[in-house]
Amino acid sequence: MRDVATLQRIARELRMDIVEMIYRAASGHPGGSLSIVELLTTLYFDEMKQSPENRDDPERDRFVLSKGHSAPALYAALCKAGYFKREELWCLRQIGAMLQGHPDRKGTPGVDASTGSLGLGISAACGMAKAAKIYQNHYRVYALLGDGEMEEGSVWEALMFAAHYGLDNLCVMVDANGLQIDGPVRKVMNVEPIDKKLQAFGFETICIDGHDFPSIFKAFDLARQTKGAPFAIVARTVKGKGVSFMENDASWHGSAPNTQQYEQAMAELRKGDAQS
Amino acid sequence: MKTEKGLEKQATRDAYGQALADLSSEFDFVVLDADLSKSTKTATFQKVCPARFVNCGIAETNMMGIAAGIASTGRPVFASTFAMFAAGRAYDAVRNGIAYPHLNVKIAATHAGLSVGEDGATHQCIEDIALMRVIPGMVVCCPADGPSTTAAVRAALQYDGPVYLRLGRLAVPTLYEPDQLADFTFGKGYVLREGADVCIVATGLMTARALDAAQSLWAGGVRAAVLDMPSIKPLDEKLLLSFAQKTGAVVTVEEHSVLGGLGGAVAEFLGEHCPVPMRRVGVRDVFGSSGKAADVLSTYHLTAQDIERTVLELLEQKKK
Repeated sequence: MRDVATLQRIARELRMDIVEMIYRAASGHPGGSLSIVELLTTLYFDEMKQSPENRDDPERDRFVLSKGHSAPALYAALCKAGYFKREELWCLRQIGAMLQGHPDRKGTPGVDASTGSLGLGISAACGMAKAAKIYQNHYRVYALLGDGEMEEGSVWEALMFAAHYGLDNLCVMVDANGLQIDGPVRKVMNVEPIDKKLQAFGFETICIDGHDFPSIFKAFDLARQTKGAPFAIVARTVKGKGVSFMENDASWHGSAPNTQQYEQAMAELRKGDAQS
Repeated sequence: MKTEKGLEKQATRDAYGQALADLSSEFDFVVLDADLSKSTKTATFQKVCPARFVNCGIAETNMMGIAAGIASTGRPVFASTFAMFAAGRAYDAVRNGIAYPHLNVKIAATHAGLSVGEDGATHQCIEDIALMRVIPGMVVCCPADGPSTTAAVRAALQYDGPVYLRLGRLAVPTLYEPDQLADFTFGKGYVLREGADVCIVATGLMTARALDAAQSLWAGGVRAAVLDMPSIKPLDEKLLLSFAQKTGAVVTVEEHSVLGGLGGAVAEFLGEHCPVPMRRVGVRDVFGSSGKAADVLSTYHLTAQDIERTVLELLEQKKK
């Protein structure tokens, strides 16, 4: 599509769905959901070969939300892409709901990996990419990690595997919003410099503004052109992006807005005037 | 290799590697290992099918995630390492990555139990049956010999879902003829010896020892039945119930902690459906230690004599 205005509109709609979902559930993770909206919008509405109709196509692209707590963003994107009915969004985290607190591959159409226990999704993504190499499939695999998530040691086992097997069909994205539950990543357990560590592990990398569509396009183009090595996009993002009082505030990692906060958030998003 | 009694001997890990190789053209599956392929015997598969073998290095957690990812594309995966690392170190990846989405991954864990021997407690996994059994939807299978291992590998390929296959390092006596195992499925137990006085329920390498104990008991006038339970989950409840009712006394035998393994599974079932006097032979909630496998098994009271003594104590108590 590569139509920035359209993607911006979709991104704003996804943000509104995320806030609405979490408000109605009175539970969920808004901060890290809002920071990945441009990445998911580009993946589902431009980059990936996927649709509800081609789920059984062995050549469809795959996406793994390794930072599974940002499920509301994934659900909003999948819903808009037509994987399930909009009513499902409003049952998030409820008893009997299709949309679980963290992505459930078995129960939710469009979800490629069950994630939530941090550090595991990236391994599954590497497995999918390796399977394509073994069976000469041509699909691509996209995995989205949090920067805080990179504190999990098994992430580095997976990255080592990706480089060792030259998984150039794998594109890892790091949502580097700089915050985790207990505060700034740099203070809790510093993982920086992320790009240099990824390079040392054998990745081709690019650092971008994770909210800027042209930069995201360029990064995905580079990823597809890279041969013989896996590619990583370090996306510098703003946690809580789009809702002024949630931006850059770790306390919005895993708490739901009250009615007043919800109304303010929705008003800001409708206007699209919140700036970081 | 032969036992003193002339029985063939084979380690279940050897049978496993051979079964993977033998089935590699009949079934399309991928085999993973974590730098132990010569010990787990997945190297036997690698030799005949290198394209579908992936060494994950010493990174068991990632290996389970890789298994999940490959399985999600529609091919069964065998992931092998030592039981300690498969069930212990990689637990979260097995539970959340494989079992929760009910992916078609077979965790084939070798070097289970005390019979690892010399390596000692850090490598003697005596908790894996318990750890795997409590995961919803996980099949837990612990074959007693080579032929039942071969049957279990085939059954695992024919079953769509996660399976934990518990295998050993030590060469063990062959108890089955392959044709006895034609109907092998998860959830099926085998009557290896009929008897009306007491029922010994065994799994893994302890089944051969249970048979030795039963033979000695019969010589002393105690008619001991022996059930082999390769499938610990699902358990052959029907078979267990019929023998509990018939004998009124049950002894479980396993190379595993007495907590949560075969003994736990049998006690849970019989406690609810047919409470009868019972004893559990196994590791008494302690860590293992180094030594030759046979010596370690003796030290931790896992010999045929220990089984026999336990049976006699139980029958004595039952009389009171």
